Amino acid sequence: MIHVSGLRKVYDTGVVALDGVDLDVREGEIFGVLGQSGAGKSTLLRCVNLLERPTSGTVAVDGQDLTALDIAGLRRARRRIGMIHQHFALLSSRTVAGNVAFPLEVAGVPRRERATRVAELLELVGLEGKASAYPAQLSGGQKQRVGIARALAARPKVLLSDEATSALDPGTTQSILALLRRLNAELGLTILLITHEMHVIKSVCDSVAIMRDGRVAEAGRLADLVAAPGSLLTREIFPLPEPAPSGSVTVTFAGQGGEPVMSSLVREFDVDVDILGGSVEDIGGVPVGRLRVRLTGKRAADALGYLRERGVILEETR
Amino acid sequence: MIDDDLLPVLAVATGETAQMVFWSALLTLVLGLPLGVLLVATDRGGLVPAPAVKAVLGAVVNVGRSLPFIVLMVAILPFTRLVTGTTIGTVAAIVPLTLGAVPFYARLVETALRGVEREVVEASQAMGASRLRIVARVLLPEALPGLVAGLTVTIVALIGYSAMAGAIGGGGLGDLAIRYGYQRFDTTVMVVTVVLLIVVVQVVQSLGDLLARRLSHR
Repeated sequence: MIHVSGLRKVYDTGVVALDGVDLDVREGEIFGVLGQSGAGKSTLLRCVNLLERPTSGTVAVDGQDLTALDIAGLRRARRRIGMIHQHFALLSSRTVAGNVAFPLEVAGVPRRERATRVAELLELVGLEGKASAYPAQLSGGQKQRVGIARALAARPKVLLSDEATSALDPGTTQSILALLRRLNAELGLTILLITHEMHVIKSVCDSVAIMRDGRVAEAGRLADLVAAPGSLLTREIFPLPEPAPSGSVTVTFAGQGGEPVMSSLVREFDVDVDILGGSVEDIGGVPVGRLRVRLTGKRAADALGYLRERGVILEETR
Repeated sequence: MIDDDLLPVLAVATGETAQMVFWSALLTLVLGLPLGVLLVATDRGGLVPAPAVKAVLGAVVNVGRSLPFIVLMVAILPFTRLVTGTTIGTVAAIVPLTLGAVPFYARLVETALRGVEREVVEASQAMGASRLRIVARVLLPEALPGLVAGLTVTIVALIGYSAMAGAIGGGGLGDLAIRYGYQRFDTTVMVVTVVLLIVVVQVVQSLGDLLARRLSHR
């Protein structure tokens, strides 16, 4: 649905914000771009609707190469791409209804139709009673709901989210993420979001790209990356002190069918398991864990073999 | 004590001040607002980036701002004659008043427009809004309280300038204060005009503040 290839962005100052980025966002998925500030994720997102002109490379949304369009064509294409913003970017001079109606005015929708559509959208995001309130009278979460309603007004197939929950408290963040998830499921909306928060990726994303220094360091489906040995994602979700102490083994489980592997290990191979660190998280409904352990006992090597057989990922440090 | 012949004189002078200020304020709004918009739009990273145009506009505005009003007024007398056919009188005073206030107001417009968050403008661009629509439906409405506050300050400044226009026979309250109060040592006229000017400025400022507050939904 969104296809980015060979994207480079070099600013006049000589700063290389994007250094050859390729990205493929499938229709109907929530794709998260994770990175620290300065990693280039914001520039990447702004290049997708060409708020920022890439120095080279192409951006295609829904099969249309945006980089090849003239200004009028680009304006039309942008109406099919919704965007939500970190600080909501609402018009303070307009009511909630006026804000949601704005993209419809841009698209030339007649007044009567606009009113119907605005009411529909406010219901969709759970702001029925707030039509005539001004943004200043709303909470952060409500403002972002207005932002979402506005972004969806012209029925886009794609929604871009620029750190949309970064200015919100944890509870509100969860409710906004749940709303995005619901819209994704109900409307088949493709969402490309950027964030510096891992929990956003864990809670809603189907796929993820990790950005570092203007490049995609790792990309793929969340479930695949978690199950891949030594993946950056796993390290980021389950941080353990590096380097690992010698003689330790770092074990990553990705839902071994709910089988209690560690305890059966202890019983069957008569080894002592010394847990040095680790954590377990629920990722897309699957319990995933990463433990650093030290195994002692005569049959320690067999025990590792057993784990490998069970599909557990092992990283040994000698 | 105000004697009976003073009242008509005061009424005429107040009327002249009102006339000068009203027309010059209106022209300032008509000319200064687009100039202010251009100053912001031609910025690097603005809606229509044009650094050369921006530099020229900025320089012109600065020239206008750097001349004391009384100097500007005298310096442009030939231009005033060209426009109004005369250099004397209330109508002639409107020309320098407008020319003095336009750059002043343009800078205030520029400041007010810069107060509109960048993210809001970008959001409008991301929605596919044209530049004209962004100016008319986003920038100006969002900056409206600031634009009104700026116009209020400009009108107060124009009331002050209009007193100086008396020097070229523009009439008005300032002229009255100088001719009667200063040159004829008529303390009563001096006191009355001063009080009247203070009251007028207070009223204008209060109305402007009230309107700006009413328009603001921040």
